[in-house]
This record gives sequence, C-alpha cells and structure tokens, in this order.
Amino acid sequence: MTRIHRKSVKKGFDFTLMVAGESGLGKSTLVNSLFLTDLYRDRKLLGAEERIMQTVEITKHAVDIEEKGVRLRLTIVDTPGFGDAVNNTECWKPVAEYIDQQFEQYFRDESGLNRKNIQDNRVHCCLYFISPFGHGLRPLDVEFMKALHQRVNIVPILAKADTLTPPEVDCKKRKIREEIERFGIKIYQFPDCDSDEDEDFKLQDQALKESIPFAVIGSNTVVEARGRRVRGRLYPWGIVEVENPGHCDFVKLRTMLVRTHMQDLKDVTRETHYENYRAQCIQSMTRLVVKERNRKDRSRN
Amino acid sequence: WECLQVAVELPQGWRPQGLVQGSLQREGSSRLLLCVMRQSKETAGPTLGWGGWRQGRLCQGEGEDGLGFCVATVGATEAAPSCVGDMADTHRDAGLKQAPAPRNEKAPVDFGYVGIDSILEQMRRKAMKQGFEFNIMVVGQSGLGKSTLINTLFKSKISRKSVQPTSEERIPKTIEIKSITHDIEEKGVRMKLTVIDTPGFGDHINNENCWQPIMKFINDQYEKYLQEEVNINRKKRIPDTRVHCCLYFIPATGHSLRPLDIEFMKRLSKVVNIVPVIAKADTLTLEERVHFKQRITADLLSNGIDVYPQKEFDEDSEDRLVNEKFREMIPFAVVGSDHEYQVNGKRILGRKTKWGTIEVENTTHCEFAYLRDLLIRTHMQNIKDITSSIHFEAYRVKRLNEGSSTVANGVEEKEPDAPEM
Repeated sequence: MTRIHRKSVKKGFDFTLMVAGESGLGKSTLVNSLFLTDLYRDRKLLGAEERIMQTVEITKHAVDIEEKGVRLRLTIVDTPGFGDAVNNTECWKPVAEYIDQQFEQYFRDESGLNRKNIQDNRVHCCLYFISPFGHGLRPLDVEFMKALHQRVNIVPILAKADTLTPPEVDCKKRKIREEIERFGIKIYQFPDCDSDEDEDFKLQDQALKESIPFAVIGSNTVVEARGRRVRGRLYPWGIVEVENPGHCDFVKLRTMLVRTHMQDLKDVTRETHYENYRAQCIQSMTRLVVKERNRKDRSRN
Repeated sequence: WECLQVAVELPQGWRPQGLVQGSLQREGSSRLLLCVMRQSKETAGPTLGWGGWRQGRLCQGEGEDGLGFCVATVGATEAAPSCVGDMADTHRDAGLKQAPAPRNEKAPVDFGYVGIDSILEQMRRKAMKQGFEFNIMVVGQSGLGKSTLINTLFKSKISRKSVQPTSEERIPKTIEIKSITHDIEEKGVRMKLTVIDTPGFGDHINNENCWQPIMKFINDQYEKYLQEEVNINRKKRIPDTRVHCCLYFIPATGHSLRPLDIEFMKRLSKVVNIVPVIAKADTLTLEERVHFKQRITADLLSNGIDVYPQKEFDEDSEDRLVNEKFREMIPFAVVGSDHEYQVNGKRILGRKTKWGTIEVENTTHCEFAYLRDLLIRTHMQNIKDITSSIHFEAYRVKRLNEGSSTVANGVEEKEPDAPEM
C-alpha cells in the first residue's frame, strides 16, 4: 500500500476542472479562492463592443500546487463568451466538442503502441454557474446541462450567493433541484456512504447531498471581521466571510472537490463518461466498417 | 393696512430656506394662500413655491421649478383681507415660531401688486383635482427584482406579481407586454400609475430582436395619442398611455454592459426616456460598484446612448447643474424590498442576511432613494414633458411626413408607409 502511495505522490496528481456559465458570475474569483491562486491576473475583460463580436472560446490555465509534499497539477478549462451573446443558440457546442476531443485523444493514445506517458486531459468535473438573478434554471442552463451531462460530471453552483437572503437561498436551491429532476438532468451524484463509515462522515455526506446546488461566494481579499482576518467581501452593511459555513457553501464545495471527492470524480469520468464515449466511438466505427463492407459487397456483386 | 401676524410651525425635517415672498389672501372663509418657505435640495437662485392652508392642515405643493416643498400651518386670525407681507430673503432657524414683524409702513407696495402669481395656485388646484398620470415601463431579464422595485418605489403592491395569485414564474415563449394601472393617493394628490411589464425579455437562448415588441408597443402608444390629437372631435383630455419612462435593469455582474443591453438601449433611447439601473446591487462592494458604473458609462458613451436626463435637453444652467449631479450617479445601484425590519428602533425596508441588514432607503447602502427622488419627487414632470414635447413630437413629425391615410384634416388620403421604426 505504501509503495503505491509513494509512487503516486512522486508522480503527482492531476485534475482538470471546467468552469462554465455566463460572464460576471464570479467564476474566476471562485477558482482563485478555491485553490488560493491568481490564475487570472493578466486577464483583460472585454468591453461591451468587443463582446458583441465574441464567440465561445475554450481556454486552459494550468497551475502546479504543492501542499505537504503532495503535488497537484490543476488544469482549469474556461469558457469565455458562453451565454453572453444576444443569440446563444448552440453556444454549448464548442464546449461539448472540446470534451469529446479530449476523450478522442485519450482513446487514440490508449489504443496506441507507446502507452507509457499518456497525458490525461479529460475533463473530470464541470462547475456550472447558475445565476442568482433568475428564478431558478434559465432555458440556456437547461440546454447546456442536458447537452453535457452524459459527457462530464456536472456540479451545479449557485453563484454570487451574497445577493440572496437565507430563505431565498433555500427557495432557489429547492427550485433548481426540482427543475433538474423535471428536465432529466443527470448531475454528478455523490456516492452513497459505505455502511461502515463513521457517523460524522455519513452526516457530512448527507449534508453535502442536500446542499446542491452549492451557494457560493468567492473572494481572495482579506478583510478584518470580528477581530480576525478572514477572506471575505466588505459591504457597508456587513462583512461576508467566504469560509464561514453559515454564510455560504464555499467550504462544502472545496471539501468535496479537493478533499473528499476528487478521486471519485476522476473515477466516474474514467468509468462512466469515457467508457460511454469509447463505446459509442467503437460502435460508430463498427457501423462504418460494416457499411463499407456492405458497399464493397454490393459493388462486387 | 394691517398685516397679519403669522405663526409658522415647521414640521420635522423641514428647514426654512428663506421667506422669499409673502402674500396672504383670503378667499372664502377657510382658505388662505401663503407662500413661505421651501426645503430645497439644490438651491440655485430664488424660487417660489405656493401652498394652501386648509383648516390648519399642512399642505404640500410644487414650486414653479418643479421641486417639492412644504408649507407650514398658519395660525392666522380673521384679519386683513389682503396683505402683502413684504418679507425679504431672510434665513431663519428651524422651529421658528414668531413670524416676521408686520411692516405697516409698506402699505404703498400694494398698489403695484396685481396678483398674477396666484395663477400658480390655480394651476395647482386644477392639477390636484385632475390628478396626475404616470406610465412607467420596466425592462430586464426575469428575476432582476423589477416587480419588487416598483412596489418599493410606490410603497404599495402594484406590480404584476400582486395581481397574479400564482407565484409560478414562467418565462413566456414570446415577449409579452403587460400593463397594470393603479390609483394611488397621497396627501390629497391622486396619481394614476401604469406599470408596463415586459416578461420574457432577454430570457431566451436566442434573444435576437427581443426589443422589437417593446419598440412596437411604445410607438403604438404614440400612434394612439396622435390619432386622438388629429381627430375632429377631440376629447377634452386625451388619455395619455405614452410610456414616460423606461427603467432598464442591468444585472450586477461587475464587468460591463452585455451585448443585449447595448442593443436594447441603443434603439430605445431614441424613442423613450431610459433610466438604467443596476439591479440587485447588494452583490457589489462599493469599489466594485464604482468600477462597474465607470465601465457602463464608458460603454454608453462609446455607443452613443443618451439616457435620461439627456444632456441635449437641459434647458438652462440651473437644469444642467441639477441634472449633472444625477448623471454622475447613473446608473443607480438599487436594492428593493417589501419586507420591513426593525433597525435601531426604526422600522425600515430592507433585506436581512446573515452578515447584516441592507437598508433600502439608506444612501450609504444603495442608491434607491436617489432613484425615487429623481423619478417621483423632482423629475416626474420633466420626464413627462420630454416624452410629450420631444419623443412624441419626433414621432409625430415622422408620421406626418410619411403621410397617413387616417389624418382627418382635409388632407388627401395617401398610402401609409409602414417603416422600420
């Protein structure tokens, strides 16, 4: 056990996280808050004029994080331009195509001769940001999630939750959960606890499941609150503390993403989403081959 | 001539700006005209205000500059039939109880007094009787707090939400235009308020041309008014359904305007007064708010969008001064609420979160109070004037130039053009 452990630690872990949603929902801030990085330092926000011309892009930022001797190679896949245009028809397509491309790349690598250093660029998790300004899911949210739920683990996020009072948060969460079920969207399911896990873990797990979508607030600025220095947002009417579980679900999300479920997200990607893709690929290839063969047979006869 | 001793009691919160002109006239037995002092927001020169006294009650009125004011009760005795108290500009402290001393030696001034200033009171009385009309349209994606803001502005449940018993917020397939009219009364002044809602705007995946039904609605109201105007037998008072003001709700993203915002405001600012507001601004820190506003203002400028109060319609330097102050603040970062909370012993409208209570009318929290003052307390008449004298006139000129088969002025019938407006 220790030998395997040591080998993985030496190699380091990798994780690819996608963030998707309209611009202005705090995606970059949240990513920076989650991983205590400054990935978007040199980002230039487009003005409205430029955004009129913009199409959906896929950008990648990679960062190496090390903590207590464990190295993590984190790749953040961003989708600037998504949902920002006047006409957003099929704006999810570039995103779906990107995910498929990574699968295809892996599929080819896996079938290749030299498999020693396969790079795994498959997207392990997609944080989808839902606007707190709507009345639940918007048509675009539904369309995006339905197009992607078979390709990637979707974890829905209720963004900028500091604009909501506690009853509003509950109401929106309930509404979103209900709509997710109604529209048949298959978001990432937390695996059920084994019966031999301790009570604390079980309770934590239960709480996690009931918190979807995670109502988050992000911040990388440190403010002074109640005599302590905390990461938060300073308003004239009070201070929002990002890491205060009473204020938002940031801690829950971070725990889930990094501390408890990172491996499971990768496993599900590997075992379910990728396998689906692979099976479909092989099927369509077989169909092509059969078609070719039939055509040849026909032309021969 | 004997002048009246006027005991003036100021209600709380009102400051005397000066006795600009005093004139007391007795009409009938229970009315007294008194022009005394006003509370002014921006004083730029002497202004007049008029008010009435009805049996010891406080009256509010409108000065000729459109700014609201208040008249104190007059504890007057049955005395001189008409007395011109020539009270010059003097500043007094609040709580003034003693009136200026009567100036008996000023009797000769009466000969020069005709009384044309009383026209203001006549206009005021007529307006009070007729009531005011105000049509406000709200545009923005669903969930931006439009209904709540309207309810907060007019302190009553008058939005579409309160009329529909179901709280199901469904997004309509196409954009609907829903008009709801309410009669509001405050201190004897009646207002017929029409709120025009536009559910479905900006909510779909493809929002191309979603501004068209709205443009059409606005132009239809102008058309309706125009038709009434050119009628041979015109109504005494043409019902005014023209949209006076369009509140455009921008989501508080903190980045800049979205393409949809630009497209909408570019087109609509040409036909209606647009007042952009940053909705649900409680997600922006003060720094972010300032930065966001700067971006928005830059975006508006670079796209040639002129929102209310439009620079080109400032009539004089006084207007410009007042309007510049508002232009610096636009778009207003607002937060709306119809819940009341107890804060520091007072009941206030607000939103209660785990980290504090946002007070809607507290100007250090959000700019709702400024929006309310602009729309209702200071610029309502101006908004209506610009709608009727500029936007409507522009529409009228366009229509008359194209020729219309329904113009009943003896003009020969022509085929109406149906242009892209």
